[in-house]
Amino acid sequence: MAMNYNAKDEVDGGPPCASGGTAKNRRPDNTAFKQQRLPAWQPILTAGTVLPTFFIIGLIFIPIGIGIFVTSNNIREIEGNVFMYYGLSNFYQNHRRYVKSRDDSQLNGDVSALLNPSKECEPYRRNEDKPIAPCGAIANSMFNDTLELFLIGNESHPTPIPLKKKGIAWWTDKNVKFRNPPGGESLEERFKDTTKPVNWVKPVYMLDSEPDNNGFINEDFIVWMRTAALPTFRKLYRLIERKSDLHPTLPAGRYYLNITYNYPVHSFDGRKRMILSTISWMGGKNPFLGIAYITIGSISFLLGVVLLVINHKYRNSSNTADITI
Amino acid sequence: VPWGQNTASFVAEEERRARANDREYNEKFQYASNCIKTSKYNILTFLPVNLFEQFQEVANTYFLFLLILQLIPQVSSLSWFTTIVPLVLVLAITAVKDATDDYFRHKSDDQVNNRQSQVLIDGSLQQEQWMNVRVGDIIKLENNQFVAADLLLLSSSEPHGLCYIETAELDGETNMKVRQAIPVTSELGDISRLAKFDGEVVCEPPNNKLDKFSGTLHWKGSKFPLSNQNTLLRGCVLRNTEWCFGLVVFAGPDTKLMQNSGRTKFKRTSIDRLMNTLVLWIFGFLVCMGVILAIGNAIWEHEVGTRFQVYLPWDEAVDSAFFSGFLSFWSYIIILNTVVPISLYVSVEVIRLGHSYFINWDRKMFCAKRQTPAEARTTTLNEELGQVEYVFSDKTGTLTQNIMVFNKCSISGRSYGDVFDVLGHRAELGERLQPVDFSFNPLADKKFLFWDPTLLEAVKMGDPHTHEFFRLLSLCHTVMSEEKNEGELYYKAQSPDEGALVTAARNFGFVFRSRTPKTITVHEMGTAVTYQLLAILDFNNIRKRMSVIVRNPEGRIRLYCKGADTILLDRLRPSANELLNTTADHLNEYAGEGLRTLVLAYKDLDEEYYEEWAQRRLQASLAPDSREDRLASVYEEVENDMVVRPRGLGRGRGRGPGLGRVCDLRPPPPAHPPPAAHIGVGISGQEGIQAVLASDYSFSQFKFLQRLLLVHGRWSYLRMCKFLCYFFYKNFAFTMVHFWFGFFCGFSAQTVYDQYFITLYNIVYTSLPVLAMGVFDQDVPEQRSMEHPKLYEPGQLNLLFNKREFFVCIAQGIYTSVLMFFIPYGVFAEAAQDNGAQLADYQSFAVTVATSLVIVVSVQIGLDTGYWTAINHFFIWGSLAAYFAILFAMHSDGLFSMFPNQFRFVGNAQSTLAQPAVWLTIALTTVVCILPVLAFRFLKLSLKPDLSDTVRYSQLVRKKRAQHRCARRPGRGSSRRSGYAFAHQEGFGELIMSGKNMRLSSLALAGFAPRSGSGWIESLRRKRSDSPGSPGGGREGRGAVLPRHCPSGFS
Repeated sequence: MAMNYNAKDEVDGGPPCASGGTAKNRRPDNTAFKQQRLPAWQPILTAGTVLPTFFIIGLIFIPIGIGIFVTSNNIREIEGNVFMYYGLSNFYQNHRRYVKSRDDSQLNGDVSALLNPSKECEPYRRNEDKPIAPCGAIANSMFNDTLELFLIGNESHPTPIPLKKKGIAWWTDKNVKFRNPPGGESLEERFKDTTKPVNWVKPVYMLDSEPDNNGFINEDFIVWMRTAALPTFRKLYRLIERKSDLHPTLPAGRYYLNITYNYPVHSFDGRKRMILSTISWMGGKNPFLGIAYITIGSISFLLGVVLLVINHKYRNSSNTADITI
Repeated sequence: VPWGQNTASFVAEEERRARANDREYNEKFQYASNCIKTSKYNILTFLPVNLFEQFQEVANTYFLFLLILQLIPQVSSLSWFTTIVPLVLVLAITAVKDATDDYFRHKSDDQVNNRQSQVLIDGSLQQEQWMNVRVGDIIKLENNQFVAADLLLLSSSEPHGLCYIETAELDGETNMKVRQAIPVTSELGDISRLAKFDGEVVCEPPNNKLDKFSGTLHWKGSKFPLSNQNTLLRGCVLRNTEWCFGLVVFAGPDTKLMQNSGRTKFKRTSIDRLMNTLVLWIFGFLVCMGVILAIGNAIWEHEVGTRFQVYLPWDEAVDSAFFSGFLSFWSYIIILNTVVPISLYVSVEVIRLGHSYFINWDRKMFCAKRQTPAEARTTTLNEELGQVEYVFSDKTGTLTQNIMVFNKCSISGRSYGDVFDVLGHRAELGERLQPVDFSFNPLADKKFLFWDPTLLEAVKMGDPHTHEFFRLLSLCHTVMSEEKNEGELYYKAQSPDEGALVTAARNFGFVFRSRTPKTITVHEMGTAVTYQLLAILDFNNIRKRMSVIVRNPEGRIRLYCKGADTILLDRLRPSANELLNTTADHLNEYAGEGLRTLVLAYKDLDEEYYEEWAQRRLQASLAPDSREDRLASVYEEVENDMVVRPRGLGRGRGRGPGLGRVCDLRPPPPAHPPPAAHIGVGISGQEGIQAVLASDYSFSQFKFLQRLLLVHGRWSYLRMCKFLCYFFYKNFAFTMVHFWFGFFCGFSAQTVYDQYFITLYNIVYTSLPVLAMGVFDQDVPEQRSMEHPKLYEPGQLNLLFNKREFFVCIAQGIYTSVLMFFIPYGVFAEAAQDNGAQLADYQSFAVTVATSLVIVVSVQIGLDTGYWTAINHFFIWGSLAAYFAILFAMHSDGLFSMFPNQFRFVGNAQSTLAQPAVWLTIALTTVVCILPVLAFRFLKLSLKPDLSDTVRYSQLVRKKRAQHRCARRPGRGSSRRSGYAFAHQEGFGELIMSGKNMRLSSLALAGFAPRSGSGWIESLRRKRSDSPGSPGGGREGRGAVLPRHCPSGFS
């Protein structure tokens, strides 16, 4: 800050400019802004600020990392609600042509888009002169295997585990983004001039028996339409709700998974998986985050120590007080 | 030719003919009218012409090309608006600026074209606007009027057709010049005779030579030679002349003024040149990346894509993996083009404009006496002011403020002018002693001071040498005198030197009193003597001397000559060697004191020789071609074999602050030819308007140059460098994420971010903080950079932004982009939301990466900003807030329900940003990106601090100290210690000895404290010889550039 510097001395002091004050005053305004004297904070990277930063980051990150790590490892124990996922790998839901191949107007229940889907849906826009609903490559490639889980209590009578279909989609997706077209009594009527996607077995209005989970607002469909960021991904398939606090959701025992195989992945070397998991405060099992936090925290702490040593070593007289910002 | 000028007669004109009072005759030549047009557009042409001009910029065309690419559906990887919004913004800003400029040009054109002038039409004077004046018209000018066009002077109110003009607008000289009509026309004083005048001028075609004119007047069957002496040029002002008449020879765009005001060459700073190179490199880099990704795409489509066609068939147009790769190349060019965003050039211009305003607003560069603030006339060169290596000054007038006084002289081997004090010691200049008393001479100038009484004694004693010396000074000049009242003499001199010399002669008793074209009257020691003036052999820059040939009342003809010593010494009669040597010694002595020196000489001519010579001179002056050369050789012949009598000395009173000393300290000029100046600096006031108009920066006192360079230039350079570093960094960090993502999305040119984020990242989320830094940043306070010129050095050595720094920035950007992609990748691979839903969906990923990016680059700008004003705070926090506000708005239900296909991210921000895992990811990414930067900067600051770091640090220490002291001992102010630290050399010692400063300062000072000027020069030399093409090289133009090691000299 140049507050103590007197501009007047400099300019008016010199003999050639000694006399001032003619009629028109063109002298620039003496404002802090124009004279570049705005009050300002001028931080400097001193030992007093930088070193504590490193230590503090270390001290914060390591415990968080440990916390995450422990939480993440505990997720294995199947308590509380259990979530059932299907996983696909080598499946490029993030390919540009795939991502754009949908019509959100249609999915939002717009009648004109229903009958005349967006060009982005090509080549799954029309079939046999009828508009496809839902159009596009994403919808067309919807995952349609069915998974059923049985607990093998005794050999002859496996108990089916109740799998909840609803509550697996994002709230905004289910309630805002996806809507069935208006009009008509039955869902079928509303979709009457459309045809099903090429790969589908059933039309969209026959995805489920419950009306609030059928058509565009079928949650399996909604989950599929939320495309994955990476070619290996998992999507939520079913919920296994905890019955009571006394029993674990999935008690220890032998289970039987029945898969109705509809969805071919062999042609492109795809893999399918089924994952059962519980959830903690920070989401699903996530070893990466915990390890990363512990690592970065340690590095930061170490770096702090190294810098401290360097700083001390190059200091001539170490008895001086630290002056910091 | 400036745009849109009248170009009617564009067949190359070989000679010009103009007949007075005959518009019909003159019209057939279709000469340009006197209407000038400097504006470029009108309302109708503005849009097409301006757009046409703007698209001549390579950058704009490039973005237009990208825009067209995006319209191809198979290629389009981004929405059209991601490119068109910034492009339109840039075009609009430029168009508004151009329109404003042109509006003012229109206004000034109108104002000039509508000035009134009196034109002789049909035998009477009529008021006409300037634009209606035609070649061949006779116009009347009155005192203090601007000359409307280039005129042949016909007659004037003054005797002998003389008239006086001020040419400040043309050549920058404020003193008056005299012009004279040729004798045959000078009698045409009244309208009736002028109306009958039907002379025809045949002369050279329009050209831009201000000091040359050759033509002939054909009238009544005779030919009369015309020279520059007979013309009045447009832009001059008539002075001390009641009226005059002139014949228009050149009008409007053909006038010498307009011919000189062609578009100035667009100058580029060395940063500009570097930036262009780097942009080319980046473009090459972009193509490489495109090729890599295109190859990747072709391979992927061949290996994976073909088999994935069950779910994702190829586009109809695509029939092979190779073609798909080709399309993908263009798609990636579109996505990755943000490494060189269009906003780069606009931002650079905005920053420079800001710096120019700071120069204009600086009170410390304002001269109260002349009411002139400094002015940055070119707004595109500011950071170059921080890299100046040499200062060239075109004339001593710049340094001396054009004030000259007669100071010393050597007459016949005796030197006068030294001042001795009572003890007989030579006194220093400026010591106050009793000045010589000139009261014997009633005509003496009271303001003239001389300190050596012996010269006046010699004159009073009647010493013939001194008499001849002053006689010469009173005769050989082109000064005009004016005597309003008896005895009150005013001299109007062409140059201050002449004025000083004639004034000296006046005080010593040889008073130049009056002149007519044929006589000069001098009062010699009280008696009036009239000399017959036979010839004036005028001064010019080649001859570097002037002579007069006079006949004294006794009838003797004598040539008096004065001129530059180098020239005159060669023309002396080779005799009296001893005298010559003594005088040469004196001359050297004077020159050594910094005085401006000249030599006087004379020569007697006999009558016959003179007659014969005069004849030859007349012939030469009538010669149709190369008249000047012929005259010069005739002059040359007579100015020879002269006798050096006296030598005179004028001296510039060195009031040019600072540089006077600096000059003395300078080492001899470098052996290699100095690079031509790049930045022109004009001193407004003394030099006249043209010197200022032609300059890039102007201010009224030379000393302000120091502040312009050391404060404004240094800051500009620093800010621009920091701006560029950060700008490239942030765009690489932003863009390269797409490259990494390419490997995971089948090289399909899918973007990582939402399209709106891509559109707004450069123009909204990250533009203002870096602009604020580029405009307001300061590393050390201004008074420190004045005190420590060494701080200027990094600019000269080109240290803050060069190819190496650029690669460091790029590397940091790429490093950031890697983390920006792979940390979320690692986290998201298996993550789920806390309600069990998938987290690794594309939209959540996009939001996470975008948010981390905005936060990381904001933290980085926070680290880079050294001077956090309220504006910086506002912009940085504001940008972050804007990011989140826009994010939530774009993901809102409302927008989605209106345009479902445009706002597909509905509900994403709420959902994603509510996840702890996402914030943990963002925090992790931020820390990992910033931590190494912090460590590197701290290490550099600890181990190898720059001087600016040290100064900045010591500033902090001082502040802390002051606070401590105040807290402990409230009674004692800190004023006594204000000089502590850096005000003086000793300050360093105190700081070090105190032990309170950390190694930070002591280390650095060890390197800086000694006067290591030579070492520094060496390093500069090394650098220059290493890189001949470096910023110093290849400059052109005029003006001021800094001496080699001025920084230390300035202190």
